[in-house]
Amino acid sequence: MSEPTSVATPGAHVSHEAHHEELGFWRKYVFSTDHKVIGIQYGITGLLFLFFGFCLMMLMRWQLAYPGAPLPLIGALFGESRMPGGSMLPEFYNELGAMHGTIMVFLGVVPLAVGGFGNFVVPLQIGAPDMAFPKLNMLSYWSFFLGGVTMLVSFFVPGGAAQSGWTSYAPLAVIAGTGQTMWLIGMIFLITSSLLGAINFIATIIQLRAKGLTFMRFPFFVWAQFVTAFLLLLAFPPLEAAGVMQLMDRVAGTSFFLPSGLVVSGQVLEHAGGGNPLLWQHLFWFLAHPEVYVLILPAMGIVAEVIANNTRKPLWGYRSMVYSLVFLGFMSFVVWAHHMFMTGMGTAMAAFFQTTTMIISIPSVVILTALIISLWGGSIRFNTPMLFALGFLPMFGIGGLTGLPLGLNVADIPLHDTYYVIAHFHYVVAPGTIFALFAGIYYWFPKATGRRMNEMLGKIHFFGSFICMNVVFMPMFWVGMAGVSRRLFDGGEGYQFAQPVLHLNAVSSWGAWTLALFQLPFIFNFFWSIRNGEKTDDNPWQATTIEWSAPSPPPHGNFRVSPQAYRGPYEYSVPGAAKDFVAQSEA
Amino acid sequence: MEIPYTVEVRRDTGLTNGKIGIWLFLASEVMLFGALFASYILIRTGAPTWPRGDSILNVPLATFNTIVLITSSVTMVMAWASLMRNRFSTFRLYMGATILLGGVFLVVKYFEYSHKFHDHLFPSTNNFLAIYFTLTGLHMLHVMGGMAVNAYFLGPGSKLWKTNPEWFTNRVEHSGLFWHFVDLVWIFLFPTLYLL
Amino acid sequence: MQASTTTDHAADIDKHVRVYITVFVALMVLTIVTVAISRYHLPVPLAVSVALLVATIKGSLVACYFMHLISEKKLIYAVLALTAFFFAVLLALPVLTHSDGFYIHQ
Repeated sequence: MSEPTSVATPGAHVSHEAHHEELGFWRKYVFSTDHKVIGIQYGITGLLFLFFGFCLMMLMRWQLAYPGAPLPLIGALFGESRMPGGSMLPEFYNELGAMHGTIMVFLGVVPLAVGGFGNFVVPLQIGAPDMAFPKLNMLSYWSFFLGGVTMLVSFFVPGGAAQSGWTSYAPLAVIAGTGQTMWLIGMIFLITSSLLGAINFIATIIQLRAKGLTFMRFPFFVWAQFVTAFLLLLAFPPLEAAGVMQLMDRVAGTSFFLPSGLVVSGQVLEHAGGGNPLLWQHLFWFLAHPEVYVLILPAMGIVAEVIANNTRKPLWGYRSMVYSLVFLGFMSFVVWAHHMFMTGMGTAMAAFFQTTTMIISIPSVVILTALIISLWGGSIRFNTPMLFALGFLPMFGIGGLTGLPLGLNVADIPLHDTYYVIAHFHYVVAPGTIFALFAGIYYWFPKATGRRMNEMLGKIHFFGSFICMNVVFMPMFWVGMAGVSRRLFDGGEGYQFAQPVLHLNAVSSWGAWTLALFQLPFIFNFFWSIRNGEKTDDNPWQATTIEWSAPSPPPHGNFRVSPQAYRGPYEYSVPGAAKDFVAQSEA
Repeated sequence: MEIPYTVEVRRDTGLTNGKIGIWLFLASEVMLFGALFASYILIRTGAPTWPRGDSILNVPLATFNTIVLITSSVTMVMAWASLMRNRFSTFRLYMGATILLGGVFLVVKYFEYSHKFHDHLFPSTNNFLAIYFTLTGLHMLHVMGGMAVNAYFLGPGSKLWKTNPEWFTNRVEHSGLFWHFVDLVWIFLFPTLYLL
Repeated sequence: MQASTTTDHAADIDKHVRVYITVFVALMVLTIVTVAISRYHLPVPLAVSVALLVATIKGSLVACYFMHLISEKKLIYAVLALTAFFFAVLLALPVLTHSDGFYIHQ
């Protein structure tokens, strides 16, 4: 296969010697413009934030299991303003809750799924030398980093970090302490990072794909990142605008979200008034609904790759999956007010949003069903990535199905803002997306490092996590159906109707703490394998997609010779072929 | 390692990377200002009374500013056209004019704002002023951003003309697209806030 | 229009420059028109419609001719069409959700 060396651009006689001379430590590992380095930066930072957000939740779970009880040993660390005598104050509980949500969504999952996996894998999978705008890519990461630092620093300002939920509803968020201002500033950094990243992904996927790589030959993972980028591009700006307006309300005394005659602690607020708290909700959810698809789409992409590879079969229904993905992305922009059914909207609009919400469940079901059917007749290899991908399927199924009553405006009445909602979305994100992300880590670790992670530790990680996730979240459906609201700092203990289900809080808590223990094999495995993992060749999984034809790890520029796509992405078990797979870029 | 399609177009899309990039960015900006317009609509339709723009704001000054910005859009596109005609010094004239006109816009806005503050009219005074200051303030930040990028291309960035004239011309075109967008937003802002 | 060897398109550019000047004049005229109409203090729904109509014409001129949208590629049109749709959704749905319901306005 003799091909001309990397695509030369006729007019560009600008010297790019910077890429060929040896870069110093800072330019190579810290301020790098290489998508692989940036991907790993996003990945590690994202994992650290995931861990931190998990720790915040583990603290909350003590309070929920044993409301008011002093936390032994660790409790003293948080000082008298947060945990006097080791006993959690409601304000601290709210701080933990708001920051847990914010950190998990914006600093953990999205940076890992999109910034980490997207950046590292997509250019390799499309046969490109890097992203279309490498410097912009670096800027995206550092903007995210600054946003993360702002969020962390907010814990140390007087009054603590944001305490008004990750949703920062007005008017509560408007009258909250300094931490909320930092939350808004942090969000502006994070939104900027995502917007710049989205531009990069879309331009890269359209322009830099290899010769012969038509859209319908994309690995499903690339399609998923492509649609996700559009969601980020078009849905985030309204939240940025809303953030600016909330900042104006907090700092400049405006009343965008403050209604007239607002009474706080018995006193009428001296404000212009005339504002509308629901305006905040509309703008927030306009982003936040597409955001949840940002959380799930890359995960579906990863699961699709791992399943095709480990069944040694093409994906079943690739075309329908792609059409569903695009339709899903489109619909995600017109369902947002199903988060607002209880705000007093009339029946016509409620019916509209209920209808669009029911419609959007269809493409999700198509994708899940296609993935399940893809297993039929496959030669399944039960390695760690595949276990996590398989685990994803029923977990996402439960998460998705339990969303249906929430999307029907009447059924939502008793369920809105209860633990049922928490259970629903955690099923989708935690044993859903995060399992897919684990699958991706185990799967692509050899590409990034040239070594495999340990399988035994991986299996312990999987089975332990799978059981614990269900122990944590399954009881919450019952707690919610009993009527226990979210964000109650005592988990419902103060309510008569909650008494029969309160013991379930402790069950969830012990599940969570055990879940933490089962992450230890993973953390150890991850770092240990970087140096000591079993060395592999370029394609340890015998996979078809183009990233596996690059060296492990790929050099700067990725491919010695610019690849070309000759066939579809999942040519496994092709009758008559020499091996049970034919690589996409093999001539 | 070269990133392809930085300067020459990709055959099937007919576009360079930068051209797609800037239009995608402008799409996101449409949604940003769209959210503020949506807020304006919601707040205004929910308000029992709403002042006429010309009863509070200075229409002649803003009309002048509208003319200034539209003119700067013409000088901007002429700057790019000069590069296409290989007339670098003419480019510098037009680019300089564009930046200057942007500066005039900012000066006028400065006078408008300080006059409002002098009359004790602040964003906190009422919702009309709140949305006025927020919309025009955000727009003003975009004017400053555009001016900064243009100044870069007039100044240190113009070195690229000698080594890669096509790439430089493209980048000026992209900067121009952003500048035209800023003008476009003002074309809607002006009647919405000042005339209705 | 993207950069290509500059001399080939010199004649094209001359044509474009004539268009730019024409559009500039049109924009000036429309600016005067929209300000003049506002002096008539039309009833609000009519005033809004007329002002938006004029603004849309002006905006379209800037987009089509200064931003060269009239001769752009299909991909750009597709992105902008998608954006326009979501822009319309963002503008319309919140206020529709409010007019249909019993949320108390101040």
